[in-house]
Amino acid sequence: MRNSTGGTTESIDLLMYNQPIADRSLVSCPHCDLLQRLPDLAPGAAARCPRCNFELWRPRTDSLNRTLALTIAAAILYIVANTVPMLGLSVVGREAFTTVIGGAQHLWDDGSTTVAILVLFTAVLAPALQIGFMLAIVIGTWRDPVPGWVGFLLRHHGTTRTWSMIEVMMLGVLVALTKIADYATVIPGLALFALGALVFVLAGMQSAFDPREVWERIEWAQTRAERKLAQERASGFAS
Amino acid sequence: MNAPALTAMQQGLQNCEACGLLSRPAPGEEEGECPRCGQSLDFRKPASLQRTWAFLMAAAICYIPANVLPVLTTTTATGTESDTILQGVILLWSPSGWPLSLIVLFASIMIPSAKIIALAYLLITVHRRSNSNSEQRVRLYRIVEFIGRWSMVDVFVDTFTAALIQLQPLMSVEPGPGLFFFAAVVVFTMLAAESFDPRLIWDADEFDGG
Ligand SMILES: [Zn+2]
Ligand SMILES: [Zn+2]
Repeated sequence: MRNSTGGTTESIDLLMYNQPIADRSLVSCPHCDLLQRLPDLAPGAAARCPRCNFELWRPRTDSLNRTLALTIAAAILYIVANTVPMLGLSVVGREAFTTVIGGAQHLWDDGSTTVAILVLFTAVLAPALQIGFMLAIVIGTWRDPVPGWVGFLLRHHGTTRTWSMIEVMMLGVLVALTKIADYATVIPGLALFALGALVFVLAGMQSAFDPREVWERIEWAQTRAERKLAQERASGFAS
Repeated sequence: MNAPALTAMQQGLQNCEACGLLSRPAPGEEEGECPRCGQSLDFRKPASLQRTWAFLMAAAICYIPANVLPVLTTTTATGTESDTILQGVILLWSPSGWPLSLIVLFASIMIPSAKIIALAYLLITVHRRSNSNSEQRVRLYRIVEFIGRWSMVDVFVDTFTAALIQLQPLMSVEPGPGLFFFAAVVVFTMLAAESFDPRLIWDADEFDGG
């Protein structure tokens, strides 16, 4: 009764969806819009746009399992990094310690609320979302087809990545350490080492992950909308 | 010269920036939704040039107070002293600390101003429909996109310096008003880079070719 192009006469809901092209190996470059065909690649090789050299695709070996392992490691390091002291300072018998959240808290208390929110967002919240989304995405792929909410997380994962700045914060902490070392003895905390490791684990997590693999197995938004519409119609007839 | 390259837009196709699926909007429509992931689609990022200009202007305006106002205020028994970003760099300069001083100089002063200039150059060449140096210009865009986040370094330096040096009455360090404007420069330049659509760099080619 219904097919992929059906429903257009009765439903405005489905009209908003574009018509996908039949040839799934045809892509366009996000940086120059050049139409091209993705070659079949062995893991480790990369497909680059001939016009602008943008890396279009890099297939990975065992992408999802490796990503899962690195994501779990990142989650553990993240929890350690945010629960134990990061930096301590001792001068004439007095000691002070701070965590990442403590740093933002101090800015907040001093009235720099906007900057405090930015620090909290880039150093605490965005990395948590980056790790949390990735964990949910990989676990979501255990189902077949991959449920639609995985697509929602994957769509927004890029944003969490843009604003997650653990590596920038690490450099900032290093500079602050050098500055403070002139006045006082600095005591590096366990969180500092956890953060240092987290920089590398996060980079590994991102480079192990192949989003194309997930997109190819996902349940389409249009299919979901059609199913929902059919359910609504069925319940409408019933009542 | 090469024959003009064929783009998705010329074929009436829209590329989904989230999932990479190519799809065709309904006849007569300029926008639609990706049938695979539900992302709203356009041929080019909507109002890309206006949005990028707006964020860039905001960044350029904040750039002045960010460099003139103090980012840190140090209170000691002998008095109070305020440092701007540049003074912080000079303060850090020492026989052992100069590499870090250079990093902060680079990340806090060179990168934000270079980003503003680079994005303005990209916007102006797109407005003038320039079709030369497209490869270099897209490379410049990628550099801007990649290094922008590193400007946040100074915000973190000042945050943790202020959080740790709380040794009243001996010495305490508080954030200054410049820090707010500096953080605003970083955020606005990042938003400007994100609003810019690099495909616009190449669009002039197609109009000449077609
Ligand atoms: Zn390209
Ligand atoms: Zn999509």
